[in-house]
Formats: sequence, C-alpha cells, structure tokens
Amino acid sequence: MRKITYTQATMEALQEEFRRNDRVISMSNDISVELREEFGEERIRLTPISESAFVGAATGLAGSGFVSVVDLRMATFAFVAMDQMVNQMAKITYMFGGQAKFPVLLRMSIGAGIHMAAQHSISPYSMYMNVPGLKLIVPSTPYDIKGLLKTAVRDPNPVICFEHSALAMVTGEVPEEEYTLPFGKADIKREGQDVTVVALSQMVHEALAVAEAMEKQGVSVEVVDPRTLVPLDSQTIKKSLAKTGRFVVVDEACRTCGAAAEILAQVAEDDEVFRKLKATPQRVCGIDIPIPYSPPMENYAIPDRAKIAAAVNKVLGR
Amino acid sequence: MAIDNQELIRMYRTMLTIRRFDERASKEFRGGSGTVPGLVHSYIGQEAIATGVCFNLRLDDRIVSNHRGHGHLISKGADVRRMMAEIFGKKTGYCKGKGGSMHIADFGIGILGANGIVAAGLPIATGAALAAHLEGGDKIVAVFFGDGATQEGEFHESMNLASIWKLPIVFVCENNQYGVNTHYKYAVAGGSIPRRAKAYNMPVRSVDGNDVVAVYEGAKEVVARTREHIGPYFLEFKTYRWSMHFESDAIPDMRPKEEIEAWKKKCPIVRFGKKLLKMGVVTEKDLADINDEVMAKIQDAVDYALESPLPAPEDALEDVFSV
Ligand SMILES: Cc1ncc(C[n+]2csc(CCOP(=O)(O)OP(=O)(O)O)c2C)c(N)n1
Ligand SMILES: [Mg+2]
Repeated sequence: MRKITYTQATMEALQEEFRRNDRVISMSNDISVELREEFGEERIRLTPISESAFVGAATGLAGSGFVSVVDLRMATFAFVAMDQMVNQMAKITYMFGGQAKFPVLLRMSIGAGIHMAAQHSISPYSMYMNVPGLKLIVPSTPYDIKGLLKTAVRDPNPVICFEHSALAMVTGEVPEEEYTLPFGKADIKREGQDVTVVALSQMVHEALAVAEAMEKQGVSVEVVDPRTLVPLDSQTIKKSLAKTGRFVVVDEACRTCGAAAEILAQVAEDDEVFRKLKATPQRVCGIDIPIPYSPPMENYAIPDRAKIAAAVNKVLGR
Repeated sequence: MAIDNQELIRMYRTMLTIRRFDERASKEFRGGSGTVPGLVHSYIGQEAIATGVCFNLRLDDRIVSNHRGHGHLISKGADVRRMMAEIFGKKTGYCKGKGGSMHIADFGIGILGANGIVAAGLPIATGAALAAHLEGGDKIVAVFFGDGATQEGEFHESMNLASIWKLPIVFVCENNQYGVNTHYKYAVAGGSIPRRAKAYNMPVRSVDGNDVVAVYEGAKEVVARTREHIGPYFLEFKTYRWSMHFESDAIPDMRPKEEIEAWKKKCPIVRFGKKLLKMGVVTEKDLADINDEVMAKIQDAVDYALESPLPAPEDALEDVFSV
C-alpha cells in the first residue's frame, strides 16, 4: 500500500469532504493554498485573528445549515475563544432541547517538543473532556487521521481534532480507496500478551518503540490507541486487560486530572477487570509544569521511552 | 405614516403581549404559583424595540437573542404557551426545560438561540449572517444586545468580522443605559456606542426606542438595505428598563428613583395607544378588547405551563449530542 504523511492524509480528508459536500466551509487565519485554489475564497475563508468571532461564527454557520471546519492552529490560541467553545458550541444543542444540529470541526495542534515554550505547547484535551457536548479525537497515524477527520466532518456535532505537531511528517499506509473510521472504536496498534499499554497521540509511537524493544527481551506488550477520547472505547481496553492483567497508560499531557487518570479510573471501577489485575496500574504522564523552552527541561517535562519502559517493567515486577 | 392600520394594531397587540407576559412571568417567579425556578429578566419598558424591528423581518430571517429575550421571541412569533412552559421548567417548554427564561428559542421560526453570556450571541449571529451570505438571496440576521455588551471583546470582533466580510446583519443595540447598575456613560469610553460602529465602517442609526413607529420606520430602511447583502448595519435604540436587572432582590436597583419614574412616563405602549386613538385607528373599546384578549392568552399560557408535566430526572441525559 502507498505511504503518505500525516499532513498529506489530513489534506486528503479535507479535500474529499469539501468535494463531497459543497456546504462545508472552512475558516482560519492561516489558510491552505491548496484548498483555496480548489475551493475558492468563499469556502476557504481567511479570517482576521479573531478566534472568538470565527469560532462563534462557526457555530452560527453550522446552526444555519452549513458544516464548519475551523483550523485554530495551536491549541493555546483556542483558549482565546473559550467562551465560544465551552459556553456556546458545546452547550447549544443541549440547552435548546436538541432543536438544531451543529456540525463543527475544530482542528488544533498540540504537544511539546517544538521549543516554543508554554504559550505554544500544550495538550489540553482533558480540559475539554470535562465539557459535555464536544466529541474529541486524537489521531496518531496518517490512516487514523484521514478516516477520523472524514467522520468528523459528517458528524452532526462539534468535534475537536487534536493533532500533535510531531506527527506532521510521520508516514503510514493509507489506502487509495475512500474509507471512514468510526468514533468510539479503539485500535490495537500492536498485539501482546503480558502488558497493556494505552497511549495517546504521539505517545502511541513511543509506546510502540518500547514494545518493539521489549519484545527482544521476551516481553509481549499490547499497545492500544483509543483514537477518540469522547466517545471513549473503554471496552477494548478492558478486554485487553482481561488478557494481560497489567496496565500502563501513557499521555504527554499533565498528569493531574488528565485523560490517563480518567482511563485508569474507568478501568479500576470495573469489578471484573479490577479482580484480574496482577499489578498496580501505572500512569506515565507529563509533569505538572508549563512546558519550558530549553530542550533539556522540555524533554524532561514529558514522557519518553525510558519512562515508559520503566513503568512496563514495574507492572511486570522486574 | 405608511403603515397599514391592521399592521399597527398587530404591533400594539405584540407590545402588550410582551408586557403582560413579562408582568406575569415576574409575578409567577416572585411567588405567584411558587413553582418558577431560576430568574426572569424583564423586557418591560423596551417592548417597542423588539416589536418595531421584528415586524420588518420575515420568518426565514434569523435573530439571535440575549438574557432579556422574551420580547424578541414574542415579536418573532414564538408561542407564549411553550415559552411560559420553559420558564416553569416543564417538559413541554421550547427547550424541554433545559434552558429556562434566559435560553428560550424556537429554531423553527429562525431564532438561533438566546444567550446568558453577555455579547456571546454576536459571533453566532455573525455566523448565521455568513450562512445567509453564502446562500445568496436576501435573507438577513438581526442580533439583539444591550449597552453593556458593547464592552465585550466578542462584540468588537464580531463587528469587525461582519464588516470586512460585508455580511447581511443588523446589530441591534438596546441601550437601556445600564448594565445592571453601571451607566453606559461610565463604561463606554467617549460615551457613544454608535461611534464604535462607525469605527468598524458600518452605517449607524440612533432611534428613540420608546416610539414603536420610529423604531419600525428606522428598522425598515435598515433592513431593506441589509437585504441587498452589501454589509452590516448598526441600530442603537435609547430606552429604559422598568424593573430591576432581574426579578430578585439579590441585586438591589441603584438607579435614581426619579429617573425610573420619568422613564415610566414615556411608556412605549401608552404612547402608542394614544397615537392610535388620535389617528382614529382604534377606539378605547378596541384597546380594552385587545387587553382582555392578551390577558386571556397569557392566562392560557400559564394554565398550559401549570398543567404540563415536569421532565423526568433522566430526561437530563438526552440532547447532549445530536444523532
Ligand atoms: C460575560 C458575562 N459577564 C457578566 C454577566 C452577568 N450579567 C448578566 S446581564 C449583565 C448586564 C448586561 O447589560 P446589558 O448588556 O446592557 O443588557 P441589559 O441587562 O441592560 O439588558 C451582566 C453583567 C454575564 N451574564 N456574562
Ligand atoms: Mg443595558
């Protein structure tokens, strides 16, 4: 199968969905030349740097019969539009008793590792997990982002896609034929028998590298990628745990109240899974600090392969 | 004045419906039936604005309302039964009891929400105007907000965006002069709200918000121009709210008593009624009949709300997402 990058897969998903439905409209203050050339300036709209206005406009446009696709660029910029995301977009369906549909796709890049310090580096999905009414996707591969983005554009609800900046140039197999991927369906990125590692976004790749290395030591690691956080497929995770009995969750975001904590809690609450656990589950997360600028500190702030491997060894009692 | 007599009477009836609706909603909230939860922000005193503006709108035009929204809804044609039921927290309310007084909307007649966050409706309305622009045609959007909203960033960003994209939207500022107890002359640098609109390069009109005919005539030209899809328009209506910020003693009314009394003398409904009598459009008896009819309609709405079932607790689980 052909291999393309995460960025190319993203572009293909958008192109296909813009071709499929001419009511899909994009807004961003940093527009793609490729999209603009094909779909024109009315549909690929250049916005001023007014996040509140264009995120809010995305809601109003969606509630008026269109589909809004907004590229906010960095997740840190999105905080400027917090009212429109949290008070408006997330609640408008519910507060008015489901009278209208609001198909909005918000895209934002996340993650550390770009040496741009704290105002340009964050992985804030768990903040949004606390806001009912938003669907959240965290695709980790070209295949996943293409299929999930296409589903997101067709979903009648607000969806936020979190795209780790380190993934942009990652390549992977993507079929030529059209496909979509369902929300709420975790993907087992690597099968294994001894330990279940649930990893999010860019950390999927780190977990896979660790699994590969551990294989040589005779340890079989299963890597599960939830792919979407809302809805969250805890069933697949539980099934994996029923098999391995050992659990590590890896997330680059801050540890406190993070997605990893939620995943762990959902598992621990399940009597059956709890009884099958052979070791105390472990979280490998970002430290609770703003992301620092200088590489030694920046690298220290987030999980790496050594920290993941240490956690795997710990649940194995090694 | 080129307004048809029947239209004038309908406008009078609408204004009176808003007045009686909010009198009753406030009374019910303050203990009438003892069953109204939440808050009521009364529109009393401002009836001419929603009426005069919405009478220029079509069913397929959209409006976006705010926390003081009952008047906007009634003027756009919402059903007072389902409005009252929503205020009572009943399952039969417009939002099935999930919104309450500040969030009543009928999407079926072009009401794209009512907002509890000051100025937050403006970006949403701007998006609805973008939809109208993309569809072509002559549909427009009107967004209602207070003087207080003009100090929010969302106000400024929306005005700018609507202007650079030449969107078909009328920004309707109901300048009742206070945001809770803060006077706009204090809160607005330079003391003029219309000047802000001029800075965003849009035409502006300031009209007496207590004269429904002036509101109607002013909005008529503005709406007609906006239908050409050549850009937004800003309308400022000077008016006054009769009640406290909301119907609760939690926030005392600090406005001067004499000022409140002086504005009550400028009642938009009494004023309009006198005008209609003078014009020979109606008789005293007609006005009394309209009042009886409106009172009966409001009573019917309250009865409907009272008889309607409360939602079941688990109904709370529905509508988080659309399917
Ligand atoms: C963002 C935000 N800040 C504060 C409030 C509390 N609040 C509700 S209404 C209001 C005053 C609004 O004044 P104005 O816009 O003039 O409208 P009016 O109440 O006079 O109709 C305030 C401060 C709020 N709802 N939202
Ligand atoms: Mg005010």
